[in-house]
Amino acid sequence: MSATVVNDPVGGVARGVPRPDLRQDMQGEMPAQERVDIAMRHFVRDFGAVAATYMESCVHCGMCAEACHFYVQTGDPKYTPIWKIEPFKQAYKREAGPFALFMRALGLKRKVTIEELQEWQELIYDSCTMCGRCTLICPMGIDIAALVSLARHGMHKAGLVPHELWAAAERGEREGSPLGATPKVLKERIEWIADEDDVDIHLDKEHADVLVTMSSIEIQKYPQAMAAVAKVLNHLGMSWTIRSDGYEATNFGLLSGNADWQRDMSMKMIKAAIACKAKLLLLPECGHAYTAMRWQGANVYGQPLPFKVRHISEFLGEHITDGSLRLKKGLNKTVTFHDPCQVARRGGVFEAPRVVLAALGAEVHEMKDNRSMNWCCGGGGGVISIHRADAIRYKAFEIKMRQVEDTGAEMLVTSCSNCRLSFDDSQAHFHWDKTAHSLLEAVADNLDDTPPARSVAPAAIVNPYREAPAP
Amino acid sequence: MDLLTLARGPILQWALVIFVVGTVWRLAGILLLRRKPDYTEPRSTHTWRGAANLIVKRTVPKREFAAQTAFGNTIGYVFHIGLAVVVFGFVPHILFIKSLTGLSWPGLPSGIVYVVGALTVAALVAALVRRISNPVMRLISNADDYFSWAVTIAPVITGLMAAAHWGGPYPTILAIHVLSVCLLLAWLPFGKLMHAFLVFIARGTTGALFARKGAST
Repeated sequence: MSATVVNDPVGGVARGVPRPDLRQDMQGEMPAQERVDIAMRHFVRDFGAVAATYMESCVHCGMCAEACHFYVQTGDPKYTPIWKIEPFKQAYKREAGPFALFMRALGLKRKVTIEELQEWQELIYDSCTMCGRCTLICPMGIDIAALVSLARHGMHKAGLVPHELWAAAERGEREGSPLGATPKVLKERIEWIADEDDVDIHLDKEHADVLVTMSSIEIQKYPQAMAAVAKVLNHLGMSWTIRSDGYEATNFGLLSGNADWQRDMSMKMIKAAIACKAKLLLLPECGHAYTAMRWQGANVYGQPLPFKVRHISEFLGEHITDGSLRLKKGLNKTVTFHDPCQVARRGGVFEAPRVVLAALGAEVHEMKDNRSMNWCCGGGGGVISIHRADAIRYKAFEIKMRQVEDTGAEMLVTSCSNCRLSFDDSQAHFHWDKTAHSLLEAVADNLDDTPPARSVAPAAIVNPYREAPAP
Repeated sequence: MDLLTLARGPILQWALVIFVVGTVWRLAGILLLRRKPDYTEPRSTHTWRGAANLIVKRTVPKREFAAQTAFGNTIGYVFHIGLAVVVFGFVPHILFIKSLTGLSWPGLPSGIVYVVGALTVAALVAALVRRISNPVMRLISNADDYFSWAVTIAPVITGLMAAAHWGGPYPTILAIHVLSVCLLLAWLPFGKLMHAFLVFIARGTTGALFARKGAST
């Protein structure tokens, strides 16, 4: 892979951030013009009324910059969220908008060039986690993250993806897991952790009510998650399984922008859930896995799914609320919770993890910006996998670090393994003393196995002057 | 036919035709595109409420963003409200609208409208200065932004000139004022000024989609 350093297009030097090596990656061999044409064709291919509404509505107020951790931390205007899709905005107006004919005839919007797309690779991938914070500031309500996702479709087809991200996505398609957690590796890891933790982990059961899926980050880096989910489900007495034909919830097809690969990854889980007649597909502690399956899975399938889809934090919250999951108040300390963007802000799960933490006896100290206003860890959207983005990712992480410190909490908890990976990496970089812990593992460590206190049955109204009614 | 008659007559009519046809064309070009069915299990089915909620709610910035956006929002509020007051509060405008549509309502004292007009010009000038001086806005701005700014401020300035009987014979200045309004109407569907309509559609779209997911807006 050749590394080319190009000049910063806007001439600004990011404050305190070493100038990244703007290596521009390309996959495949094709003429430059063909790359541009393919990028634009696939960008507009998925265009519907929603994306067109957003494309037409920007008033260039620039406010979205203030919501973006990459802009806020660098002050470099090129990180303004709406600017990240500028070539695609231009192409839309020239090729697909209501006045496209005039735009072309009068030369009002010129054609996008390969150089521009190469330059924008850094903006579309390295410096956007698709966290969607900018959506909340836009006075027009434009969901810019959704547009970046569409732009990635075009970039992937044109072979203009940062190499590490492309390679992980391609490996996911080829091997079934972007991080090498193949079915064989999965079995080995399950056998090992089941033995290590002395827990029954059900693999490849023919029928089960719950299909448990994993993130390959968990399988490879945080294997305790597999034991933890098993302990919880066994504690609940549920019929469940992990299936080697559909376990990988991490979806690098989504992150890199390859809709076909995204579909393939999702369909494996959907088919596995249908095969074992699952009533529930349980998603792991992973943010974008939630977006891919909870909010896009049925659309990939082309009809409503014959089972429910829940994030593990939702599942835990629901079962604590209905009394079926009983926990010891073993987390008797101050805790702050990092809301994963895709689960909370973009997914709608805000209170469940707080229900869990309260049940664990934790005293929650919220960060200044929490729930929907939470700042991203900087590593979402595949950014953690892109080495050349390390410097700006660390810079973005400083906000998070400050906000965690300001809470004064003794412990940091989250419910996304990709966030944990990002926290771990940044923790090492900054020699920080805070580690992001798993909400699920905290639950598994504090299961209350004592028999439930004898429930007080509703008192039968018995007239003491009469005999009790016959049963 | 003198310039004022021409401006008030056929030119205004043509401007209105362009305004209506252009607006319908652009909205149709967006809204008639396909909408993919969403088969995911909704967290909430109150999507219309979500749409209405965001249309209203986003008028006021979130508390967390208030400080960073205060300057831009203040300028925006002043000239948007100012334009509304001047267009719909000035008695001669109401009479003119009445002559076209038959609709009328009570006007504001002219003195108040002049002050508001001056404030509107000041806010629009501040908006331009900010667009040129703020690095983010300078980078993302294009010809549409500057042209739309010009066709927005022109009717306010020419209207104030006509009211003050300044800059030339009154009928000529009034004709120029009417012509500037024609230009504004004719341009509106083609550039960013279309946000006057799109603001409801864009906010409503996000409001509905996010309500379905239970995501916060």
